Amino acid sequence: MQRFEKLTAPAAPIDEKNIDTDQLAPARFLMNSRADGYAQYLFHDRRFDAEGKEKTDFILNQAPFRAARIVVADDNFGSGSSREHAVWALVDYGIRAVIAPSFGPILFVNSLKNGLLPLVIDAEIAADLRRQLHAAPGSEIAIDLERQEVTGPDGARHIFEIAPAHRHRLLEGLDDIDLTLAHADKITEFEKRHAASCGWLF
Amino acid sequence: MGKPRTIIEKIWRAHAIHENDRGETLLFVDRHYLEEASVFAFEDLRQAKRPVRRPDLTYAVADHLVPTRGRPAGPSDPELSDVLARMRRYTSESGVEMYDQDDPRQGIIHVIAPELGLSLPGAVIACGDSHTATHGALGALALSIGASEATHVLATQSLWQSAQPTLRLTVEGALPPGTVAKDLMLTIIARIGNAGAVGHIVEYAGSAIRGLSMEGRMTLCNMSAEAGARAGLIAPDQTTFDYVAARPHAPKGDAWRAALAHWRELPSDEGAAFDKEIRLDAGDVAPRVTWGTSPEESAPVDGHVPALDEAADADQQQRLQAALDYMGLEPGMAVSGIKVDRVFIGSCTNSRIEDLRAAAEVAASGKAVIPVMVVPGSGSVKRQAEAEGLDRIFLSAGFEWLDAGCSMCVGMNGDRVAPGQRCASTSNRNFVGRQGPGARTHLMSPAMAAGAALHGRITDIRKG
Repeated sequence: MQRFEKLTAPAAPIDEKNIDTDQLAPARFLMNSRADGYAQYLFHDRRFDAEGKEKTDFILNQAPFRAARIVVADDNFGSGSSREHAVWALVDYGIRAVIAPSFGPILFVNSLKNGLLPLVIDAEIAADLRRQLHAAPGSEIAIDLERQEVTGPDGARHIFEIAPAHRHRLLEGLDDIDLTLAHADKITEFEKRHAASCGWLF
Repeated sequence: MGKPRTIIEKIWRAHAIHENDRGETLLFVDRHYLEEASVFAFEDLRQAKRPVRRPDLTYAVADHLVPTRGRPAGPSDPELSDVLARMRRYTSESGVEMYDQDDPRQGIIHVIAPELGLSLPGAVIACGDSHTATHGALGALALSIGASEATHVLATQSLWQSAQPTLRLTVEGALPPGTVAKDLMLTIIARIGNAGAVGHIVEYAGSAIRGLSMEGRMTLCNMSAEAGARAGLIAPDQTTFDYVAARPHAPKGDAWRAALAHWRELPSDEGAAFDKEIRLDAGDVAPRVTWGTSPEESAPVDGHVPALDEAADADQQQRLQAALDYMGLEPGMAVSGIKVDRVFIGSCTNSRIEDLRAAAEVAASGKAVIPVMVVPGSGSVKRQAEAEGLDRIFLSAGFEWLDAGCSMCVGMNGDRVAPGQRCASTSNRNFVGRQGPGARTHLMSPAMAAGAALHGRITDIRKG
């Protein structure tokens, strides 16, 4: 997994609340090979018309925002289906961080597993960042995960909260399974205890 | 006496393998369910040359991709049948049981796992599907996971979880005649919002919840994700025990008695503290229909689509207008009377026997004027419905009677709503494009969907 430490990059504002994972990666693409990448499916039905032509009104199709590596969204970003494809689509497109007041809980976890930072910030700060990005398309946001600090286009710095475990994992780019298998003995011991106390489960 | 604990804490503590110094708990997973999208998790596992740690606790199903017509044959699309072939190979090579397209036990995972007695009270259950909370209806902690987490569970039979805030949602009173669990859940989501329970594990409690059948409880818990919840559950009681008893995988004899003693200790202790409490009254629930593109956007069937001046601010007004433009509706129009093009009765929310009985009761009084698909949740539900003669009622009303799967809820098997068409659907999501590009979805209960089929319009079934 790619580590996340610092990033200074152009950001795109997405103003709607409740951006669901069906928008991020429509269901009909979910069985497509991962080897081919999911970048082209990101916001597919918002980005492209029925003939496959770009819709000019969609923000990621507008010149200064095409290069976005950060998205600033509103409440409940990535709600809905558990499809990790939504995160793959974001990451394959080049997005490394999403800033929003709240996230769909499954997408939040999926992001952490793919080196995508789900950065939770106060709704008013998120709204202010989106306003700035609309006013100056193509402007950059800086994120420092170690210091838990995000700097807007106006230079204002905001501290954000993140669970120590999540921060650690992103900073180190850790493989969860290796980490867990270091506790293999504990799992085996637990399995024995559990089979003795809750035998009906097995 | 120790500190009073919630059912969530009790299940959590009983499954904690290890706690790290960053506030995470490694939780043991008693049951891991796989559907077709888990094929990627399996491939990651194989690529890393790791074995499945507990194939005996892992169950796979073909539900999203299977056709609902022409079974037991598989998908005609070669890409889809290739996914199923890969699943078949991986499960058989690792000794995981798979309920395949031609298996009499096959069906939607969230229907068959409770039905087979795989999902049990007090268990920790994980599945790479956002409607896993369904199994919470049995008093289990059922977690929806993504592909990476599924790979992790395959390899380790465990999941890292940060402590989650808890929410108790208490609904007192009785549901009024003509309303069911679906109407209650749509009411709850409308009241608290799509993000109303965001990140929380929810316990549904109160007399209205206890009064629900197991099918109703599954409908309710199923839509926990639509309120943003991480999971949702209901404490097990006699209704639960009666449902679980004698299911094929349920414990028997002494094991049953031991299980029962354990399960009776699960309900939250008197005085247990939740991070958040919400109380609602069941008495004002009405048959409910979504009008927008998010499950919180619903109204009573005798109500109306919001008028633009009901929006709190310009921002909200713009969002309302966008939703209505997509849905092809006018602000302020009555919900009852909205013309629909087709009906879908099915999905992990509403495809159980009780749902089909409710739809059949309405179907018996007329003929469909638009295409209707009835997709039972499992082979077992289908056989039961046929034994009760429900299939004949549907067929003589002109409803199509099909084979089990996820079907038109998500359209991955090709059962899609055409662009611009309006579908009365018993599923759980009315997102833009959910049932197909440009599809317009109105969520409602099975009886309401059957009513829409007979009139070609959204109809208040309470008015006969």
